[in-house]
Amino acid sequence: MMNALLTLTGLMAVVGLALLWLGRRFHSNKDSLIEQINATLPQTQCAQCGYPGCRPYAEAIAGGEADINQCPPGGDAGVQALAQLLNVDPKPLDESHGEHKSPVIALIDEGRCIGCTLCIQACPVDAIFGAARQMHTVIEAECTGCELCLAPCPVDCIDLVDRPDPYRPPRPDYSGANVRTVIPLKVA
Amino acid sequence: MSTTPVGETLHAFPGGLELRHNKQVACQQPPRPLPLLETYYVPITDRQGRRLQVMVDQGQIVKRGQALTEARNDFDIVSHAPTSGRIGPIVGRDAVWPPGSQTDCLELQTDGLDESIEATPLSDWLHQDRDSLIDALRDHGLAGLGGAVFPSAAKLRGDWDSIHTLILNGAECEPWIACDEMLMRSRAGDVVRGGVVLARASGARDLVIAIEDQMGEVGQRLAQAIESCDIDFPMRLIRVNTIYPEGGERQLIQALTGQEVPFDGLPQDLGVLCHNVATAVAALEAVEGGRALTERVVTVTGPGISRPQNVIARLGTPLSELLAAAGGLKAKAGRLILGGPMSGTALPSDQMPVTKGTNCLLVLTEAEVQRSQPVMPCINCGECVRVCPASLLPQQLFKLIEGQRLEAAAKLNLYDCIECGCCAQVCPSHIPLVDWYRHGKAERRLEQLDQRRAALAKRRHEAREARLEQQRVEREARREQRRQKLAQAGQAKDEIKAAIERAKQKKRGDQ
Repeated sequence: MMNALLTLTGLMAVVGLALLWLGRRFHSNKDSLIEQINATLPQTQCAQCGYPGCRPYAEAIAGGEADINQCPPGGDAGVQALAQLLNVDPKPLDESHGEHKSPVIALIDEGRCIGCTLCIQACPVDAIFGAARQMHTVIEAECTGCELCLAPCPVDCIDLVDRPDPYRPPRPDYSGANVRTVIPLKVA
Repeated sequence: MSTTPVGETLHAFPGGLELRHNKQVACQQPPRPLPLLETYYVPITDRQGRRLQVMVDQGQIVKRGQALTEARNDFDIVSHAPTSGRIGPIVGRDAVWPPGSQTDCLELQTDGLDESIEATPLSDWLHQDRDSLIDALRDHGLAGLGGAVFPSAAKLRGDWDSIHTLILNGAECEPWIACDEMLMRSRAGDVVRGGVVLARASGARDLVIAIEDQMGEVGQRLAQAIESCDIDFPMRLIRVNTIYPEGGERQLIQALTGQEVPFDGLPQDLGVLCHNVATAVAALEAVEGGRALTERVVTVTGPGISRPQNVIARLGTPLSELLAAAGGLKAKAGRLILGGPMSGTALPSDQMPVTKGTNCLLVLTEAEVQRSQPVMPCINCGECVRVCPASLLPQQLFKLIEGQRLEAAAKLNLYDCIECGCCAQVCPSHIPLVDWYRHGKAERRLEQLDQRRAALAKRRHEAREARLEQQRVEREARREQRRQKLAQAGQAKDEIKAAIERAKQKKRGDQ
């Protein structure tokens, strides 16, 4: 009787300690979760989600405060990716935060720019170059198209233009014609 | 490194197709130079579409062979004036790729005199060192004339002591293209001598001229030319099997050496270098004749053209002029293709200029372009696997790309696909496989571009956050300092008072 009791108690203690150790060892790291969510976000830093950047939004998602469908630049594909990462059901993009648009970049009309530096201060990725009372210009390769520079500009000299992307061969469309001319004599 | 000489025993590359050749229709007469035009359009962008440094001003009078653009390095290809005349404005002309885009061209208004600048031949080129040969080739605008327009200087330069054989690629395997065949027929001697120029420039000790075994007359002419060549340099003529895509660089090397060029490597890794025969002729012109590359042979052919033929076209000639010279389009003409039927590009217009890569203009009829049967689902028959010269799994790649699993497709070596079109040709379900691969390759490149952009934005945003934080901390510190100073204002007053007291006492003591 005593032996059985001791054995069981000992066993439970050992298993308990092992589980405790395993739990600590494979502890789900909240920071790494935030990092993973952040890596899924498009890094536009546009704040349309209601948070001041992609990482704060990632923190909010990880903390359960924000939904996964608040990122317009990511679009439905971004929501899908987040749903897959977090193992939850995907949902349509919440359009109240903005529509998913084709990628754009900001372009400063350099003739109208008065050099007030307000856009430089607003740019979340330091993609605008210039100094006080000097002409400003957008570094094309670094602009994320977040639109945050539009509002502060007092002379409204910033336009959004389509981002110059390499040519995208379309998905083959079977309704059109196809070239099949040479007839092989035989397969080698 | 192989010990047997290249091409002594012939090997096979996997897959490939035997195609019915239609070269003869364009080979009835020797290549004919086109009459001088009033205007030429010389492209001034590099292979990535970036503008090259233009060396001439609008209104300037130039002569044939005068450099119009500058080479900053071996990868820039110098463009030369195709004839004498006045430089016009920079205009946009339709580009071959991507469809619907334009490329910047320098307009040249001909004066009709066709004067050339003084030729600058390299004296005693046979004994010049490699670098001066390569410099001469670069300055005369040499680029791969097989169609890829890779800058020859970049291909030849480098510390490639291990290169033992230069292969001249005369295996023109596309069924309709005949420009190299006509060139080898009409200028066999120059092909051989030009091959020696390239061999010397690459440091190779052996020259192999590879042609297809069905090019009857070409073989005889080249054999004679090798026989009668006055240069003492080991050279051989090798006839390889006529099988598409034998003329692909990697396929030809595999057929000649039995070794596969590593997927992430270059032919140089196998000790060989491959150049097109037309490039060899241009190299001879550059080194011995001192003339820049300003014209090339172009095949204008196909069932949709009235008089198929080979023409010698100045670079910058609008393609419409080539079509006109070949008797114009027939009424049933349906599609204009640059290159061959297997791997060519359909053109949206005939307004683009002839470039160094324009090897063939193929006009197909409406009937040939029409699809005879609908596209059906893949039935996994494996025909495409059997014909793939790159040993890929075309049906798997297709399914992965169709399902947007681009990462997985890339793991199955999607980027090793040479887009030869064999798989699409034999597909019993008529799936346009090459279109899928082009789509998949571009999509994945864009995906990666997006990832790089996101990483850059993240890094810059984090750097900005850190900077703002640091500024905030510094501002805090300064404010704190001021606050302390203010708090110590009373103490400072006392100190001043004490100092004045001390001074007064001192004065009193003195008195």
